[in-house]
Amino acid sequence: MTEIGLTASPPTEEAVAEAWRRVQLARHPGRPRTLDLVPLIFDGFFELHGDRAFGDDAAIVSGPALLDGRPVMVIGHQKGTDTESNILRNFGSPHPEGFRKAQRLMRLADKLGMPVVTFLDTAGAFPGPAAEERGQAEAIASSIKLMTGLQVPIVVVILGEGGSGGALAIGVGDTVLALENAVYSVISPEGCASILWRSREEARTAAAAMRMTAADQVDLGVVDAIVAEPGEGAHSDPPATARALRAAIVSALRRLSGRETAELLATRYARLRGMGAFLETGAGPSRLPETPSLRHRIGRILHLPGVPRRPRWSEIWPSDDHDPENERGA
Amino acid sequence: MPIKFPFSRRAAPTDAWTKCPSCEAQVFNRQLERSLRLCPSCGHHFRMSVGERLDLLLDPGSFEERDAGIEAVDRLGFHDDRPYIQRLEASRVKTGLRDAIVWGIGDVEGTRVAIAIFDFRFMGGSMGAVVGEKLARCFETALAERIPAIVVTASGGARMQEGTLSLMQLAKTTAPLVRLDQAGIPFITVLTDPTTGGVLASFASLGDVVLAEPKALIGFAGARVASDTVGEELPEGFQSAEFLLAHGFVDAIVPRPELRSALGRLLRLLPVAATEDEGEDDGERPWGPIGAITGLAERFGGAVSETIGIDVDSPGGNGRSPAAPADREEER
Repeated sequence: MTEIGLTASPPTEEAVAEAWRRVQLARHPGRPRTLDLVPLIFDGFFELHGDRAFGDDAAIVSGPALLDGRPVMVIGHQKGTDTESNILRNFGSPHPEGFRKAQRLMRLADKLGMPVVTFLDTAGAFPGPAAEERGQAEAIASSIKLMTGLQVPIVVVILGEGGSGGALAIGVGDTVLALENAVYSVISPEGCASILWRSREEARTAAAAMRMTAADQVDLGVVDAIVAEPGEGAHSDPPATARALRAAIVSALRRLSGRETAELLATRYARLRGMGAFLETGAGPSRLPETPSLRHRIGRILHLPGVPRRPRWSEIWPSDDHDPENERGA
Repeated sequence: MPIKFPFSRRAAPTDAWTKCPSCEAQVFNRQLERSLRLCPSCGHHFRMSVGERLDLLLDPGSFEERDAGIEAVDRLGFHDDRPYIQRLEASRVKTGLRDAIVWGIGDVEGTRVAIAIFDFRFMGGSMGAVVGEKLARCFETALAERIPAIVVTASGGARMQEGTLSLMQLAKTTAPLVRLDQAGIPFITVLTDPTTGGVLASFASLGDVVLAEPKALIGFAGARVASDTVGEELPEGFQSAEFLLAHGFVDAIVPRPELRSALGRLLRLLPVAATEDEGEDDGERPWGPIGAITGLAERFGGAVSETIGIDVDSPGGNGRSPAAPADREEER
């Protein structure tokens, strides 16, 4: 895999155009949202509100529903379709109470032994001061933790944009499906471009470089399977999209529901544990500088000139004051 | 960097001083090294390298590094203005580290712990597959050896150059924590300047105890992203350690000189839970809600049980409810 690194080059124009086309489709204003698809996939969806601590977040919708006659818990991001509903839904960007509502309903699913089906469609968790005050990071972290240990099957479906931590907070699952034109990324292409290229104009290039299309995600092992979209995209025929999704979710749940809880959790753990590539070189641990002789040891205590002090790790990894590092992650 | 000697006053090397970002005083680098990298005039906590952290927190000579040889690979073929591999190489040369984290086993005031320490100088302490792997192994070793786990964070978040694989490290580092919970292993995080993004949105927020250094920048979204989104200037001190303490997301702010003793005390106060078989052969039970009563009663007989109002000698066995309210009525 190191060879890939040696041949790394800026994305080609075709790759940039293709990646950006997918991003545009994932963000298409007519793309069916969670609440458009849920009535077409499930029966009797009953929306439940509120996190029992602060309030209700309309950017996440959730509640029990029947799939193929079996009760499941449905949780999804909800974007708006026009200005008014987008303000209500905060453009699909949840606050901490949204994630805490999701956690509450996942616990309920766990208690009753119902499978969980989640739909991801968000540009990311909301980054404003109110969200920070109420612990956005903690809400996402505890949501991820809850999902990694949930004792019922979880099927995740990426509908549109899978935006970073806000998506992963309800996106840890046993099977991860993605619609053909969905995208998934660690940071929005605009955000990535403004940090690494220092210009938001380079968002297209960033989108290609991050390999955020559904096909790329299958290649990376983050997504298990792609659900094909009808015609020019999901917006051209929502009912057909829903039918395709329903079939994929039902078959994924059938495969998962045969497993014992312990096996289910072990497989989920192994799946997460295997994420990411690295090289295991045999290089040994960094060694402390040795001060072997008696003269040195006595000299160290008495602070004799020319004798080094007790060995310190900071001599192996000293700090570097005059070069402030300002590279940032997401 | 060592100061070249001799040097004339006119041509002093530029790397001998650092300007304090808080009080703008010029601080002699040698002095910073001696003073735990605290500004001598205002106490500003400068960032520490992983080596300085180890010297600060662990008992001398107790640290044993693990998995030192793991290296990052460029799974995406990522290229911005230069290839990811080149950025990695530049950081390796600059810091002497292989990636942004070092983990191993060591003693904190005599308690054996599995500890992982971030170094912000290595690509902004960003979390890619190597950092995630080392953290997961750190937690798994803590679980296997039944020793507490400690992580000292300093990170900008997930490493963008590894795409969604770096996002998956949030889940990879969080999953073992569920097992630590089940096994009764304490987990402590120390958030230092800066801790943001994906690192804060995963294991860093999930410590059983979360400590922070004074004035450290700690927040979910970068301040620039946040102010772009809400379209207004953000309040002063937003996303500081103090802000998190006030809103209930940090347990305590500990100044650097006290950090080691604070960790030592916490480790003694929050020991690894006794396993079932250990508990059975051990006569001395830990002082639990039941242990406190039966333990005292066993040692001191009826005298103690009277003072806490439970009659252990009554034929009912569990004792009737205390008659204290009625007695007090009579006394009055």
